[in-house]
Amino acid sequence: MKHLNGYLKTGLILTGFLTVFIVLGFFWTPYDPTAMDAKKFLAPSLQHLMGTDNFGRDIFSRVLKGAGTTFGIAVATVAIGAVLGTLVGALTGFFGGIVDDVLMRINDALTAFPSILLALVIISLLGPGKKYNVVLALGAVFVPSFARVTRTAFAGLRDVNYVKSARLMGASNSRILWVHILPNTMNVLLPALTIGFNNAVLAEASMSYLGIGVTPPDASLGYMLSEAQSMLTRAPWYALSTGLTIILLVFGVGLIGEGLQRRSGEVS
Amino acid sequence: MLEIRDLHVKFHNSNREAVGGVSYTIEDGEIQGLVGESGSGKTVTAMSIAGLLPRKQCSYSGQILLDGMDLLHADRNELRKIHGRHIGVVFQEPMSSMNPLMKVGHQVEEVLLLHTNMTAEERRRKAIETLDQVELNNPEEVYEKYPHELSGGMLQRAMIAAAIIIRPKLLLLDEPTTALDVTIQAQILELLKRLNKEYDASMLFISHNLNVVRKLCTEVAVMQRGLLVEEGKTEQVFYNPQHEYTKRLIAAIPTRNKRKEEC
Amino acid sequence: MKYAARRIAMLLLTMVIVSLLAFVAFDIISGDPATAMLGTQATPEKIEALREEMGLNRPLVVRYGEWLLGFFTGNLGTSYSYKLPVWQLIAPKVGITLCLSVISFLLIVVISIPLGVRSARYAGGRLDGAGTAINQLGMAVPPFFTGILLTWLFSTTLHWFIHGQFPELTKNPAGALKYLLFASVSIAIPRVAMTVRMLKSTILGEMQKNYVRTAISRGNDRKGVLYRHVLKNALVPVVTFLAQTMAEIVAGGIVVEQVFAIPGLGRLLVASIANRDYPVVQAIVVILAFWVVLAGTIADLINQQIDPRLQLGGDA
Repeated sequence: MKHLNGYLKTGLILTGFLTVFIVLGFFWTPYDPTAMDAKKFLAPSLQHLMGTDNFGRDIFSRVLKGAGTTFGIAVATVAIGAVLGTLVGALTGFFGGIVDDVLMRINDALTAFPSILLALVIISLLGPGKKYNVVLALGAVFVPSFARVTRTAFAGLRDVNYVKSARLMGASNSRILWVHILPNTMNVLLPALTIGFNNAVLAEASMSYLGIGVTPPDASLGYMLSEAQSMLTRAPWYALSTGLTIILLVFGVGLIGEGLQRRSGEVS
Repeated sequence: MLEIRDLHVKFHNSNREAVGGVSYTIEDGEIQGLVGESGSGKTVTAMSIAGLLPRKQCSYSGQILLDGMDLLHADRNELRKIHGRHIGVVFQEPMSSMNPLMKVGHQVEEVLLLHTNMTAEERRRKAIETLDQVELNNPEEVYEKYPHELSGGMLQRAMIAAAIIIRPKLLLLDEPTTALDVTIQAQILELLKRLNKEYDASMLFISHNLNVVRKLCTEVAVMQRGLLVEEGKTEQVFYNPQHEYTKRLIAAIPTRNKRKEEC
Repeated sequence: MKYAARRIAMLLLTMVIVSLLAFVAFDIISGDPATAMLGTQATPEKIEALREEMGLNRPLVVRYGEWLLGFFTGNLGTSYSYKLPVWQLIAPKVGITLCLSVISFLLIVVISIPLGVRSARYAGGRLDGAGTAINQLGMAVPPFFTGILLTWLFSTTLHWFIHGQFPELTKNPAGALKYLLFASVSIAIPRVAMTVRMLKSTILGEMQKNYVRTAISRGNDRKGVLYRHVLKNALVPVVTFLAQTMAEIVAGGIVVEQVFAIPGLGRLLVASIANRDYPVVQAIVVILAFWVVLAGTIADLINQQIDPRLQLGGDA
């Protein structure tokens, strides 16, 4: 293990801290996030760390649940995008040829489009307001960018000496691909994962804010912000705590990405 | 004219001295050769003279005196007046050493822009005149071209023009012919010889290729692992090498095979 | 000239493909527009009559051609939910969204280029680490959150603009632009951070090249190297990046229009997606895509002016 730089360390601590809370939120929250039993619009206090909203619900509990949804969707999205994208990128990058040319042209066209617009189109085709459609739409949108990153890495390693010698020793294509090349592309893939995760968090939050992503009864940070906007004057802490949670989540993972890139010497 | 006294250079990321105590003189009008394999310290020595040493990444001591002024420890502002004005440099790969987005003519005359008060028109005339002197056909056209529109040999002539346009005291040539075809290489060597005679400029010619050095230089110095192992008149060194390393270098010169020589 | 012609031909081809995809995808998914308009209780005869009237019984290719022509003639079909011609719905909003994108873009360029050059000049210095951290933080700020904070501060508290009352662009252009400026700031923040980062790493990469060594050997100082040599070389990837930024501005705009209640294309798009009003969605998607592809084309044409090497081998 190479040494951890400041960015990586700070990022891991911050993200680890948030992840603990999010995982905790899956099993336990201080109050029932949908129960309306406290007073309305309570300012943050020891009883209600982030105050209460217009129905008297505990905002801290809601943020925990919401962050869990956002986090879960982002992870699922990145998983779909990364697995399919890596598969496509690895195969086209390794074998090259006309399939490669065609797929990469399509890829160019798709990556030229803003991810939210593409996701919105897919969502509108699949039907808005459902959690799994959000995952599908965003996952599909992230395939091309992962494919591109992986393709470059695999194409670059195709003719490297240790791959050649593995081939001479009779290793099968699939063994070369997944055992010999894949581990060596991690320098590029890991930062791509962090960037993908952040894009997914921001895209999900945007779509839910617009009301076409996750909708009640599921809570997500984006949807909560749209709620919070309507009671900005009465309960500004609602918007602030929700927004800052998103920022911290993305910032932490961004720092990890920066740290990873610096460690592998991608950025000077 | 140029005198190097006990030059030491050590990069922080290496545990061996790149240059380990080199002393060495170039007289007026002389063409000195500096020979050695890659890693012998010849390029580092040249970079120290040209002021291109990344000072923060290495430690250095000794003196490099150009007409009495110490280049090694001079501050950046003073050095800038020397660079280009009194020392011209020609690098190995003309294609990458030229700014791809600047017209060749503007690169040739840049030294005039930096070191003289000439007007744009005067600079242009001088650049075209110099391009003509380095035997480029249609210098007016060449002036307007971008680097990618010229061949390697033409570019290297233009680089030489850029280095000599202001007639510096010293011309540093860092493997200027290595990236070129053998026929072009020979033409460039002829050109350098001619320029040396006409302007009486001193030249330091750095190469790993003894054969080329032999054709061009009056004096030669041989470096190995950061140390100067032998120096003297070129013919002397060739016919009567003293050091074991020099002997091996000379023995390695291909005698019949005159094909492109790779590094 | 040849390059420009080829590039524009490519733009048109891309737009034909994009519009075809949009048309076919929505045609397959959307089901029967006649049923959508009349509701499921309508009698089969009525639906069939409307289908005939709307020309839905003709082949797909004919309908696509007609629809594509509609972008020039203004006949893009009828909205399901508003029962109005699509063009009539869209036309007044195009200008607003265009203004929002352009203002955001200018903000990004004006702020990030000097900042990026500066951060490259001071790279490795004492404040470099802090700069990188601030940069990462900037990238983490979602535009809609900034938007909410800005409306809170400048509308609710300071009353510099009235949230929800967007002045008409033609009647009160100054007021409208002021309103749009706040929205642009929230779009710009993360993009500025990204552009600064990109510019910095591009300049630092260029600094490693051989021609920089040549420039120093001629007696250039740091400024000379940077402004006379490096900057122009760093510009090409940055222009390409800024064109992609235009795409992201369009996307950011969709959300931010919602935050600031700006009656632009993005807001209409979101409403139409929620209503499953496909003719409107279709048209807006193609217009936004055109805007994005056009930005890419302009970037390529600019780059070709900067870098003469792109004369012949220019690809998409």
